Amino acid sequence: MNDMRFTERAVVEDKKIAAKGVQVYYGSNHAIKDVNVDILDKTVTAFIGPSGCGKSTFLRCINRMNDTIDIARVEGDILLDGEDIYDAKVDPVQLRAKVGMVFQKPNPFPKSIYDNVAYGPRIHGLARTKADLDEIVEKSLRRAALWDEAKDRLEQPGTGLSGGQQQRLCIARAVATSPEVLLMDEPCSALDPIATAQVEELIDELRERFSVVIVTHSMQQAARVSQRTAFFHLGELVEYGETGQIFTNPEDPRTESYITGRIG
Amino acid sequence: MPVLWLVIAVLLLAAAGYVAGRQRALTSAGNDPRDLHSLPSYYGSHVFIKTAVPALIAMMLWLLVQPLVIESRISNVIPDTAISADTTRSLVMADVRRVAEGLNLAVNQGAMSAEDAARVRADTTDVRERLGEVGIALGSDVEPYVLQAAQSYRALSAAMSTWMTLFVAALAIAGCAIGLMRTRKDFRARNVVEAAILALLMLASTIAILTTLGIILSMLFETRNFFQQYPWHDFFFGLTWSPSFSGRGGASQLGIVPLLWGTLYISFIALLVAVPIGLFAAIYMSEYASPKARAVAKPLIEILAGIPTIVYGLFALITVGPLLRDYFAQPMGLGESASSVMTAGIVMGIMLIPFVSSLSDDIINAVPQAMRDGSLGLGATQSETIKQVIVPAALPGIVGAILLAASRAIGETMIVVLGAGAAAKLDLNPFEAMTTVTVKIVSQLTGDTDFASAETLVAFALGLTLFVITLGLNVLALYIVRKYREQYE
Ligand SMILES: Nc1ncnc2c1ncn2[C@@H]1O[C@H](COP(=O)(O)OP(=O)(O)OP(=O)(O)O)[C@@H](O)[C@H]1O
Ligand SMILES: [Mg+2]
Repeated sequence: MNDMRFTERAVVEDKKIAAKGVQVYYGSNHAIKDVNVDILDKTVTAFIGPSGCGKSTFLRCINRMNDTIDIARVEGDILLDGEDIYDAKVDPVQLRAKVGMVFQKPNPFPKSIYDNVAYGPRIHGLARTKADLDEIVEKSLRRAALWDEAKDRLEQPGTGLSGGQQQRLCIARAVATSPEVLLMDEPCSALDPIATAQVEELIDELRERFSVVIVTHSMQQAARVSQRTAFFHLGELVEYGETGQIFTNPEDPRTESYITGRIG
Repeated sequence: MPVLWLVIAVLLLAAAGYVAGRQRALTSAGNDPRDLHSLPSYYGSHVFIKTAVPALIAMMLWLLVQPLVIESRISNVIPDTAISADTTRSLVMADVRRVAEGLNLAVNQGAMSAEDAARVRADTTDVRERLGEVGIALGSDVEPYVLQAAQSYRALSAAMSTWMTLFVAALAIAGCAIGLMRTRKDFRARNVVEAAILALLMLASTIAILTTLGIILSMLFETRNFFQQYPWHDFFFGLTWSPSFSGRGGASQLGIVPLLWGTLYISFIALLVAVPIGLFAAIYMSEYASPKARAVAKPLIEILAGIPTIVYGLFALITVGPLLRDYFAQPMGLGESASSVMTAGIVMGIMLIPFVSSLSDDIINAVPQAMRDGSLGLGATQSETIKQVIVPAALPGIVGAILLAASRAIGETMIVVLGAGAAAKLDLNPFEAMTTVTVKIVSQLTGDTDFASAETLVAFALGLTLFVITLGLNVLALYIVRKYREQYE
């Protein structure tokens, strides 16, 4: 009896984000259909699914980036630490500082590499001195596996980096703000195996303090880095559960077809 | 009319060539267009170009040269004795042309037969009267040598027109034939047509460049004349502008410094008004305004750009000028004049607002949404995003817009005449009347002018100086834009 209550409480406490009955419409296009999902704290959750199934759309709901799209309409509740993020009281700016995001397409600012990484810390006043800021920038670049390539060209524009370097710069930029939840939309799509391994290491490291949600098209990556996996198909959340469970013993035939390469 | 008919004939031949060339190409490929090097229409166009272009160019050149040839031939016919003290050769030639025209008209209206026109003699017929009947009034009786010259003028132009028709027709036919002969299925018609289009594009840009060069050269030439009459250091460093027109006596002082000072002072105030207002309006429009507000406000702002500058001038003269004088200048003891640098500057600034806002708005809109997302996604507010990401990213374009507005301000005349007056002065007080380079160019060239005096020629030196300044501004704009491009892309 006691044991039962204990496990139940642990799960409730661990829940970082709870989505209930989320619907997203782009105009008349119903892109997310009634998604219910609980994302746990200090866990890596992978979103997988065929292209166009709504992974990015759902990810963008979690830090209200869909607010910037005029035609997008979000229904349902998303709770962060038990608080509805779509409540009128919530300031989306503060929310986004807590829930960081790495976008699908690298989008470095037309500023120097240093200023790109220092952008978040400066805005939120995370560094008291220049030395503090230097340290944050270096640490973030190291974690994103970009330091060795960038340390001699910190003053050069971030837009002058290669596609994969830009992707890591965007990761460093998001990490530098120390968010509580990090949403990563295909963060390794342009990376070579070595950089991918480094980013996966970073994700694993981040899990100690943050909750990480990663969208990926690589089954191996999802299996390697995540503890939980959600499979989306045509705007629906088909299956959600332990990564091992999903990959070895999926319940839904669509999940099985997808991970064995028959649909998508 | 024969020229028009000739053009039509050439174009008809070319059109026929188009059809024939297309058909011939298809036939040579056994009616399978896939075997052709280019699309069938390219073969047609190729024949069209070969037919029409050389012929029409030759015709244009001929039409340019023909009058020159005829003039020189005929003016040789006129005896030297006819050129007396009170006439010149060109006056006599004008008579000749007029009589020849009259004869043409008479023949066209049937008042004279063609042979009559060629044979009439001044001593047997009253040419003046007969031409008067068809509506050509001559000032005096026609001298025999004038009539003779007019007759050979007619004969010569008729002959040359015939030759031209023959020549152009021959060229068109030859071009058509060559084009058709070349047409075979391996012929690279597309490349030829594209080369022709390239030539057309190059011609267009050359015309633009040559015109600029021509303007500069003519200005340079007149400016040199000016500096032969007036020392250049007095012009560039002279602190007084007081031209004296002939008749009033006294030497002119033509120093550009007060004019340049007025120009820069007024432009500076205008930019001080236009840049912040225009830029802020653009930021509001592109980042904050709802689509509805934008749809209303943007055209309203752009209406400002459609108001003629003379209307702004009137506004300066009757509203802003007196207002500034009564509420600012007089109470502060800064002056009594309604026309002032301030008046012109403020009104010009209002005129420039749409230049800055409309261009900046487009440029800010062109900053990719991904930049905004990136910044917002890191927890920046909208205004932080604008300040730190969007404006820096759009800066090269914004600087370009500002420099464009500056060029406009420097070149503006009407608002200055009505708002700031026409008195050249070197003063710091913004409530004092002053004037600009452009106003003085106008006033030096209006009225009775003698294009040999320094007082008139100075206008060209002023114009050239202004041109160099705006050119410098444009070069600066390009430099800034390029510098940021290198850094940001
Ligand atoms: N800004 C937008 N405006 C309109 N429709 C959109 C927009 N963004 C996405 N959609 C639509 O929503 C659906 C889901 O798109 P989404 O980007 O979420 O897919 P995804 O799962 O991330 O695909 P991918 O793996 O290719 O990135 C698609 O049908 C898409 O056309
Ligand atoms: Mg996506």
